Amino acid sequence: MAPSKPRVRLPESAAAGEIIEIRALITHVMETGNRTDAEGLRVPRNIIHTVTAHFEGELVFKAELSSGISANPFLAFHMKVPGPGELRVAWHDDDGGITIERYTLNVV
Amino acid sequence: MGEKPNVTSAITARIDRRTLLLATCATAVSSVLAAGRVSAGGVISDRAAAALAEPAPLTPTPQFEKAFADIVGNALLVEDGLTLELPEEAENGNIVPYRIGAESPMTADDHIARIHLFSTQNPQARVATFHFTPLSGQAAVQGRMRLAKTQEVIAVAVTSANMHLVARRIVHVGIGGCGEG
Repeated sequence: MAPSKPRVRLPESAAAGEIIEIRALITHVMETGNRTDAEGLRVPRNIIHTVTAHFEGELVFKAELSSGISANPFLAFHMKVPGPGELRVAWHDDDGGITIERYTLNVV
Repeated sequence: MGEKPNVTSAITARIDRRTLLLATCATAVSSVLAAGRVSAGGVISDRAAAALAEPAPLTPTPQFEKAFADIVGNALLVEDGLTLELPEEAENGNIVPYRIGAESPMTADDHIARIHLFSTQNPQARVATFHFTPLSGQAAVQGRMRLAKTQEVIAVAVTSANMHLVARRIVHVGIGGCGEG
């Protein structure tokens, strides 16, 4: 299952130098690879293994996730606002799927 | 008369095993001791055998021991400066909220570079690794993890100067969540 419905919440505007919280949620089964189906066959692992957040091309935060992370992975992290610009959040899953969302941050 | 030495040795063996079991519970350095436990021969009472069959509830898996050693190596672990928040009791092991945070100025010269999150008894010991930069502003993360059973969860933060900060929490789990079965 490809990841879907990414949602990122960040303040509409912030001051330069301010530390803001960014909350990122995506719909994904995070299949562990430990389960067997009705026929007794192992359900292959399918998880989001990496989530990255860049601001104007610079890394803000990166998470390497395992099957020990709950379905529909949620992450909250922070950024010290360097100025106005674009935040890019990317979710990478085992199928090779990448979901990318971009958000413009207004700096007051 | 010829039986006396045998009785003595059986008792000795039992005490040794019990001591080993206690040591395993207390120190959680399980792999070497567990190997000793398995290989020890001799007569053993049913009760002692039953006690041995039950694994100590908070004994980390060998996989955890290896994963933890891979990250930490011989580094000195500082039990300060890192907080790991988890519920004491989690009814549903599929969704256990965690929050991790470290004290740090988060400058280019002095910041938290990574935080590793470990489960000591899940099928997968390494739960996540979080990377931070000075642009993060704060070395803090929250999310939701799976816990297969009651166990200790451990976080290790690595600073830009390669210091290792550690924090631990025991979570009592109602229904385990790791998708086995």
